[in-house]
Amino acid sequence: MLENLSAFIPNLPQVFQPTSPLFTVLKKAAVYSLVAVSMNLLNGFTGLFSLGQAGFMLLGAYTYAILMVPASQKEQVYYLFGGCAFDFSLPDAFAAIFGEGGAGGAVGMILSCLIALILAGCVAGFFAYLIGIPVLRLKSDYLAIATLGFAEILRAIFQWQKLGPVTNGANMIKGFTTFSSFNITNASGATLLRLSTFVPFLVSSVCILLIVLLINSSYGRAFKSIRDDEIAAEAMGINLFKHKMMSFVISSFFAGVGGALFAMYVANAQAKAFTSVMTYEILLIVVIGGIGSVSGSVLATFLYVACSEWWLRFLDSEQYIGAFKVPLLRNGFRMVIFSIVIMVIVLFFSQGIMGDKEINLGALIGKIRAKRERKQ
Amino acid sequence: MSELLRIEDLKVSYGGIEAVRGISFDVKEGEIVTLIGANGAGKSSTLRTISGLEKPVGGKVTFNGEDITGANAADIVAKGLMMVPEGRRIFPNLSVIENLRIGAYLRKDSLDEDIEKVYEYFPRLKERSWQAGGTLSGGEQQMLAVGRALMGRPKLLMMDEPSLGLAPIVVQGIFEIIRQIHDAGTTVLLVEQNANMALHVADRAYVIENGKITMEGTGKELLEDEKVRAAYLGSTSGN
Repeated sequence: MLENLSAFIPNLPQVFQPTSPLFTVLKKAAVYSLVAVSMNLLNGFTGLFSLGQAGFMLLGAYTYAILMVPASQKEQVYYLFGGCAFDFSLPDAFAAIFGEGGAGGAVGMILSCLIALILAGCVAGFFAYLIGIPVLRLKSDYLAIATLGFAEILRAIFQWQKLGPVTNGANMIKGFTTFSSFNITNASGATLLRLSTFVPFLVSSVCILLIVLLINSSYGRAFKSIRDDEIAAEAMGINLFKHKMMSFVISSFFAGVGGALFAMYVANAQAKAFTSVMTYEILLIVVIGGIGSVSGSVLATFLYVACSEWWLRFLDSEQYIGAFKVPLLRNGFRMVIFSIVIMVIVLFFSQGIMGDKEINLGALIGKIRAKRERKQ
Repeated sequence: MSELLRIEDLKVSYGGIEAVRGISFDVKEGEIVTLIGANGAGKSSTLRTISGLEKPVGGKVTFNGEDITGANAADIVAKGLMMVPEGRRIFPNLSVIENLRIGAYLRKDSLDEDIEKVYEYFPRLKERSWQAGGTLSGGEQQMLAVGRALMGRPKLLMMDEPSLGLAPIVVQGIFEIIRQIHDAGTTVLLVEQNANMALHVADRAYVIENGKITMEGTGKELLEDEKVRAAYLGSTSGN
């Protein structure tokens, strides 16, 4: 919503202009926070140390991309492979029902996008189920290694030239519906209302809300009991394998949705992006936010993304204070400072920013009120 | 009294080492039965196998007329056989009330009445309702472990060394509760090293040595038995 301010208020500071890094950060953080929360569901709430998140994101991203490239674009996107082997595309199917432009077009786009996102999650969840059967019998580090390997294998398979007609080999798939497709434009192409930041926020919030509801249900309690003590949980009649599988599939489902959102954010889907580095990045966010805290994960995501994409950017270029040239600042220095910041957090907040607590707005307001009353 | 649990020639081994070597005993409805024995005698292995946490290599377990040998733990709990595991094993990061709710995980009906009942047995738990399980003292944790198992409304409650690592005064309290639970209609199978307390509370008792039952009788009989006194009660003179 902030994005639209510049249209109504002239002379707004640069930060609130649509081109500001603020909106890049907000979009990316919205996407990452969903993935971080999904990872926290598995690692923080069920106690399964899995490092397959990037693999499931990749599955989601590709599912979304392959389903959403319209037929008119396919020739161009898949030019190396002489067109796409996969004829179906959701936008075309919906355009046939609702028409191309106007309100019908908008409904078609929203529905096709929604269905593709859900399918992206389902594909990731399905693969999680398959891989879960052998892998979930492993414990701690072994599970981490197995899932990490699975993600790397997936990445290699999707880059395989033989699968080119479907996955476009090592090249990126583009031309599908992205966040900026949701900006409402008039006939001449000028933007009337920007929704490109609102959409990822909406999707992420709904998904995170679903995860929170799950965590607070009796299933969530069972997950936490498995994390605390597997043997006692089993003695209480909790079927360990069934519940671990449930957590793994649900976590992967949302990672898949997150992957699809990520593809929308960068406007392309490419296997090269979903490396284990991405998983580590998300793991770092989960650890910084606090293992076992949803609000911690969300908070940490915004801080992390803001630092890496925006606040620390100035360290990468030469800076002058007056005539004085600040030493050390050059390309890559940002990462040095960034690492130090992370080390400080890990050392001094060993439980992460939030530990396993949640931000409780009600309690916060209550505290502030109590403080005021004491002052009076 | 009808028979609730029957164990026939149960054998359990861990990687070739036989922990339980053909144990047979039974528990009738409404009884408190105790298995006593030294460390490594095979008491805990027997309980863990009955509750489905270990798979037996031989023998048969019948509960309430049904063969439950080798069934998985969740199915056994669903039939009304709950265990208080050795060393309490409460969930340290869950609150007291969440711990209690997990005990009734397989039940779909309302739990409020049962929670009230557990709080009646253990008023201390009510005070600590929202505290994390891990912050409780040893005695309180044992209360929580017993309360948690009661939440499943068991027909047979099995307890694995409830007195382990607790002060004598706390142990007395726990045994007092065991008696109350029994009076309220729950059958209890108790595994103990603290033979004195266990035999005082038990209707019948079995002595396990090296994976075999070597003696059986009523609690009173065994309390007066010279060999039991020497081996497990630490005195030979009657006092």
